[in-house]
Amino acid sequence: MMIEQLLDEQQQPLVEIKDVSVAFENQNILQDVNLKIPAGETLVLLGESGCGKTVLMKTIIGLVQPTSGAVSFDGQNINELNDQDLSYLRLRFGFVFQNAALFDSMTIGQNVAFPLRQHGRFNSNQIRDMVIARLSEVGLPDSVVHKKPAELSGGMRKRVGLARALVMNPELIMYDEPTTGLDPIMSDVINELIIRTRRRNPVTSIVVTHDMNTARKVADRLVMLMPLNRLSPGESQIIFDGTPAELDSTRDRRVRQFVNGEAGERLMELRGRNPVEPTETSYNF
Amino acid sequence: MSTIPNTPTHDIFDNTYVGRLASWIADWGKLVIDSLVAFGAFSLFNLRTLRWMTTRLPRSETIWPNFYRVGVSSLPVIALTGTFIGMVLAVQSYFQFRQIGLETRLGAVINMTLVRELGPVLAATMLAGRVGSAMAAELGTMRVTEQIDALAAMGANPIHYLVVPRFLACLFLIPTLTVMADFMGVAGGHFYGVTWLEIDIHHYWSNSIQAVTNFDLMVGLIKSVFFGAAIAMVSCYQGFNCDAGAEGVGRASTNSFVQSFVMILLLDLTLGIILDNFYFMFYPDGASFF
Repeated sequence: MMIEQLLDEQQQPLVEIKDVSVAFENQNILQDVNLKIPAGETLVLLGESGCGKTVLMKTIIGLVQPTSGAVSFDGQNINELNDQDLSYLRLRFGFVFQNAALFDSMTIGQNVAFPLRQHGRFNSNQIRDMVIARLSEVGLPDSVVHKKPAELSGGMRKRVGLARALVMNPELIMYDEPTTGLDPIMSDVINELIIRTRRRNPVTSIVVTHDMNTARKVADRLVMLMPLNRLSPGESQIIFDGTPAELDSTRDRRVRQFVNGEAGERLMELRGRNPVEPTETSYNF
Repeated sequence: MSTIPNTPTHDIFDNTYVGRLASWIADWGKLVIDSLVAFGAFSLFNLRTLRWMTTRLPRSETIWPNFYRVGVSSLPVIALTGTFIGMVLAVQSYFQFRQIGLETRLGAVINMTLVRELGPVLAATMLAGRVGSAMAAELGTMRVTEQIDALAAMGANPIHYLVVPRFLACLFLIPTLTVMADFMGVAGGHFYGVTWLEIDIHHYWSNSIQAVTNFDLMVGLIKSVFFGAAIAMVSCYQGFNCDAGAEGVGRASTNSFVQSFVMILLLDLTLGIILDNFYFMFYPDGASFF
């Protein structure tokens, strides 16, 4: 009995998403999504634009409140936490935003130091050393410390965003389209940083991406979401959940089309659409 | 959160008289529900700000820049506005008073108007235009570029970090700015009335001292505190609830000024009535408060 309990505890996922639905205004984005993410896993969330990948990730961190269902982190239901407890819990998360979301009124050094100052346990010398070490890990020189985010390129800003997310040694790190808008070489640099981060620290990662190179390179497991309006009645929004090898051998046409970048029926939809008859209420540009 | 169907009512109801009446009722119903939802959201935002303000004070590095922006940077424009309003009041009142031989009462009218009404209202209006719009635009841009989400993701509460310092800056510094507007307005009125129009200085000031009491000054300052709180809360709320894109930021900035200005006018009227009733309740014969 004791052994069974211990095994259960070991198998308890770090993140558990249970029947989560999210709606904005009158539009449903997520419907009854269920997902378990064990500690140490790198999960890649795939899916076409607008299917709710980023919303799901923001729901995990409590930035978006689900309309129904619950999200648990390490056994705690984060939707039941008050503002203060949630703020404290978030120190265990790292989030790399799509456009880095650096504070433009602060220097790079102040940006990376922000979580450390917020935590309030470190003196100025420790903070300076940790900031420089994190920036160095993502391949940025000390000289960027005094620059403002607007003075850096897109790739450098993303790396600063990664350094800022890593500075508190989070248990769960989330990447929102980390390679979008970057050239192929810089994309690969970011992929390598994601892999190196996992090697250095026993971190659980969730990566939202459209980039199949990134997905194949970093993923232990891939999950594909489908927009609600493209599902058959009663069908789960998660249309694929498996390893990269299983992704290659999947028979689901929608998954194969996404992976291979084929427009498929979408092109037919465009061809089949009748041109709009000009009326008095037609658009004026 | 429950959602309200956004279907245009003309799509639901047919084009008969009954259908149009039902559509009209549905439109009004939606407007009322939307207004109540917006009022509820604004009230919750205010309550959360008050709760964070009493939980712990923000760090000094977030407080002082906001105090500087609200207080020091607003001083020149508020001083200029106050000076010109004082002079304009003298220009407009002088000919009316001279026709009935009461030009020495000019000081009383100008100073009373400035201290009770125009000083606080103009200082608040300038603050809403200069600082409130900028706050809404800054916070709106932070919302659109996910900087507010980033704050929350790093364990900082955005209301504690962004709203509380701005609220405190407006609350504490608007009385100072009001005193500055009052002083410069009084100086402007004196300059035009006494120096330019050569009204007798002794009568100008003795009439002013008789008419303007400390209570009048207090009324102006009490009002200004409410104005400051309203400007900060409206502007921060607009910034936090900004729609996406440049248009959203622009709209948040405009809405913040318009709504702040309407709040200033409503508060001015309400507080004017309440404070006057308060005064006459304790001093029915109109004796001086101090």
